[in-house]
Parts: sequence; structure tokens; C-alpha cells
Amino acid sequence: MKYVLLAVAAAVTLGAAVILGPADVPLRDIMSSPIVWQLRLPRAVLAFLVGGALGVSGVALQALVRNPLADPFLLGLSGGAGLGAVAAIALDLPGPWALPLAAFVGAVGAMALVYRLGLMGGAELDPRILLLGGVAVGAFAAAITTAIVSLAQATELRNAFLWLWGGFSGASWTTVLVILVYAPLPLGVLAAAARPLDLLALGEEPAQYLGADVRRLKRLVYLAASLLTAAAVAVAGVIGFVGLIVPHLCRLVWGRLHRALFPTAFLAGGILLAAADTLARTVVAPRELPVGIVTALLGVPVFAFLLRRWTVS
Amino acid sequence: MDRELILALSGVTCRYPGAPRDSLQGVSLEVRAGEFHAVLGPNGSGKTTLVRAALGLVRPAAGRVEILGRPARGWSRRDLARVVGVLPQREDNLFPQRVRETVLLGRYPYLSLLGGVRAEDRAAVERALVVCDAAELADRWLWTLSGGEYQRVRLARALAQEPRLLVLDEPSASLDLRHEMELFELVRALVDGQGLAALVVTHHVNLAARFADRILLLAAGRPAGAGAPGDVLTRETAERVFAWPVSIAPFEGRPQMIPLRQRKDAL
Repeated sequence: MKYVLLAVAAAVTLGAAVILGPADVPLRDIMSSPIVWQLRLPRAVLAFLVGGALGVSGVALQALVRNPLADPFLLGLSGGAGLGAVAAIALDLPGPWALPLAAFVGAVGAMALVYRLGLMGGAELDPRILLLGGVAVGAFAAAITTAIVSLAQATELRNAFLWLWGGFSGASWTTVLVILVYAPLPLGVLAAAARPLDLLALGEEPAQYLGADVRRLKRLVYLAASLLTAAAVAVAGVIGFVGLIVPHLCRLVWGRLHRALFPTAFLAGGILLAAADTLARTVVAPRELPVGIVTALLGVPVFAFLLRRWTVS
Repeated sequence: MDRELILALSGVTCRYPGAPRDSLQGVSLEVRAGEFHAVLGPNGSGKTTLVRAALGLVRPAAGRVEILGRPARGWSRRDLARVVGVLPQREDNLFPQRVRETVLLGRYPYLSLLGGVRAEDRAAVERALVVCDAAELADRWLWTLSGGEYQRVRLARALAQEPRLLVLDEPSASLDLRHEMELFELVRALVDGQGLAALVVTHHVNLAARFADRILLLAAGRPAGAGAPGDVLTRETAERVFAWPVSIAPFEGRPQMIPLRQRKDAL
């Protein structure tokens, strides 16, 4: 039932994303229009895949750090990705893939650093150390980013900042293909960890008594969720709130078991981001809002509502 | 005939990294099928470390821990969870869930990666709920339960694991008298009726003396006495371990400990 509902919503969202846009494409030409096939459809599909990845990654990281307010970017990934992107622009690296690759490398670098911090002194990825390490690494990367920005030419940096707020204007079938090849492995790892993650919500010791190999579980989930987020940030920039809100909405509606939570969070995240991207490119047409601004404008009120619920219950 | 040996510790010594002294030193323990074994001792005497070492979470610096003849740390967590059900002292409830879902977690060690929940899993959950007198709670949210109901539900979860050994770490710490008695009577009935082995860590000397077949008394990580309640709980031993004057009086053939008042003056 829930999957039928989500599938219908996904179809409607993708349909709207293809029909709506600044260029006027008559409805009867939809199937033959190059604007649809080369621009709108790959863009909508990419937004859907990235939103799904962020939703799943958010579910996994909230379970991993056992903190309901965790977000895929909490662990320093956005800072690292931003540093990579700004460095690529400042160094004037050539080619269409320089920016996403540099952002990916930055995000993975930050992830590796936080991971290493999380294992220091025999602390097996203690959630508190992961969170503190993530904030520290993120702040460090942001400081270097700002230093580069303050020394560089102003015109190019507008691009860097817009890129950081996220967007799909560069979407193509190639990007879609890259994600389609890349995402199944981390998604599969997370899907296999679904039941042990249910147990981890009880705490590490109780989870082990119920049969979870917590040490291995935490490492796998951390790496898979971070690599998923790093790919999302590389192709679409830092898009906040999807990975925070979607897990909570899905938990509220469909319960907390990860076997159901992962697929519903993937679909709901995809729907939310594809819809947000459609808004981003139509409300101020012919110009575009960074999609991260739309998700934040939608997301902050929902977040405030959730916080209130949390303190009430 | 000797009953089957489920858990055996011999000469176990544990020290946490950076700790000034051993948390456990030379502790031995045997728990057999159909036996209720209690572990007593003041705060910091090593009771919880004993549980962790017994279940393979802490690697002993010396000594051996075996479960069904296999070294505790040689078991995979999944296989061990099919043999030992545990009520840890504390656990989190991060996200809201219902009682039946909670008890179903006890079936996770039996579920395959791709398969769903089978009929036999649901049957085991219902059986465990009935045994723990929690069947009427099945559809309640966990947060609406009283302390006593919550412990019964957690015991049902441990029973859904279909274990040979139950380990309870201070199960009645926050329970009132009735719920505490109900819990101990339930565990005793499981031990007698189903041949389960039980290892119960508790502060309640008198309950342990009434319900347990054997008692291990710990003091600062060392064994201060082991055996039948009547042999372990003598006045001399109890006063030494608990650092307080007590009187020991028999009740229904078991020793009961009454702490004496020391201070008779007014301030």
C-alpha cells in the first residue's frame, strides 16, 4: 500500500518536472521535445536519485550515531566537499568533471579524517566522537575554504558559492549513469544492515546481546552512508534537510524498522528533491534558485515542528 | 546425574585499559541447566564486568570463559544470541515502538538476510508474551508501560530468543515489591519448568537468598564466597563484604540479612 502511494507520488512528481519549465513545450510535443529528453528528464531523474540517496543516508546515519537530529552532512562531508570545490575553482582545474571530482575527493577526505578520529584510542566509532569530530573537521575545512575565497578572484567564486548551495543545472544522462553505477553498492550494504540497525537503536551493548556484530556494523554503515552522501554532493552540491526530514517523516508514517524505512526514505527523498528542483527552476524563471535554498525554506519549518514534537513527547 | 554445563568461568581476571586495579580477579563460576545462579556484591565489585566477560564482550586478561564448551569469544554474536538471552541494565528507546515489535527483536538472530519474519517467529513471540503475562500488552506503545510491565516485555524479548541461558543484570532495580517478586517468581518458574539456566545479578541479597540455588558473592572484584545461599551468607562474610553490621536470620530454610542500625545518638 505505502509503495503504491509512493510510486504514484513519484510518477506525478517526475511528470510535473518534465511538463513544467521556463521553455514552453506544448503537451503534445512532450515525447519528442529535445528540451524534455536532454534537459528536463535527466535533471528530474538525477534529482530523484540524489534525493533518494540523501534520504537513505540520513536514515542510516541517524541510526548509527543514535541521534534523531543527525543529518548526512553533519559528519564534516559538506565542509570537505566545499573545500574541494572551491580549491578546484581557485586552481582553475579544467574539464566538466573537475568540480564534482574535487568535491568528491574533499568529501571523502573529510570522511576519512572523521573516521580515523572515531577510531582513536580504541574508541569504536563512539557517536559522540563522530559528531564532535565531524563538526571540528567541517569547521576546519570551512576555515580553509574561506581563506581561499578571500584570496581569490571574486567573479569565479560566485559560481563556487552557488554550487555549494546545490543545483542540478549541470545534469545530464552521463551524470545519471554515474550515479546509477555507483549507488547500488552502498545502497546494498545499507539494505543488508537494516535489521542490525533496528537493534542498534537499543544501544551498542543490547544490540550485541541480540546478535548484532556492532563493530563491523558501525564501520560498514558509516562508510556506505558517507560514500553515498559524497557522491550526492559531488553531482549536486550540498543540499540540506532532505537527509534530516525525510527519515523523520517516514518514521512517523511507516514506523522505525529499517527494512521498510530504507525503501520509503529513498522514494520520499527522491520525490521531495525532484519537486524542490522543479520549484527551484520555475518560480523565478528564467533564472534559477539553488535547490538547497528551496529545501531549506521548506525544511526549516518542518524541522521546527519536529523539534517541538520531540520536546513535547 | 549432572545437569548440562551451560556457562563456565574459571580464574577469570579482567582489567579495563587505564584502570588502577583489576575489575575481576580470579573469579570462577558454573551455571548449569535448571539452575538459578545469583551474583551479589556492593557497587563496583565487578558484577557487570562479570556479565560482560561471560558474554564475550570483555576479553579476560587471564582465565577461561566457555559457553556450552566453546570459548565465549569464539562465538559469533548471532550464534550466541540463539543460546543466551540478556536483560541489560540499561537500554535506549530512541524511536517509538510497540511491544510486539520489541519482542520480535528477539527473533532477529534467527532471521535470514533476505527472508521475512516466518510463522515460527511469530509463534515464538506470542509464546514468550504469554509466558511473561504480557499478551494483553502486545499492541501498546513501549513508552506507556509501567516499570514492571516493561521488564516483563524485555524478559519476553529474551525468551523469544529461545535461549538456554538467561542473564539478568539488576532486573528489579526500579521495581516495587510486587513487581519485583513477580519477576523473580517468573524467572524461578522458567528455570524449574523449562530447564533454563539463569544468571541474575542483583543488589537484593534477600531475594537472591530466597530464589537462587547458588550464589557468588563478589567484593572488589574477588570472590568472597560461592555456593548455596546458606553457606555463603554468614554474618562474618556479609559484614566484611558490605562493610556494615548485619544480623542473619533463617526464613523458610534460607538465610535473610537484616542490616543493623549503628547510630543511636542525635545530631
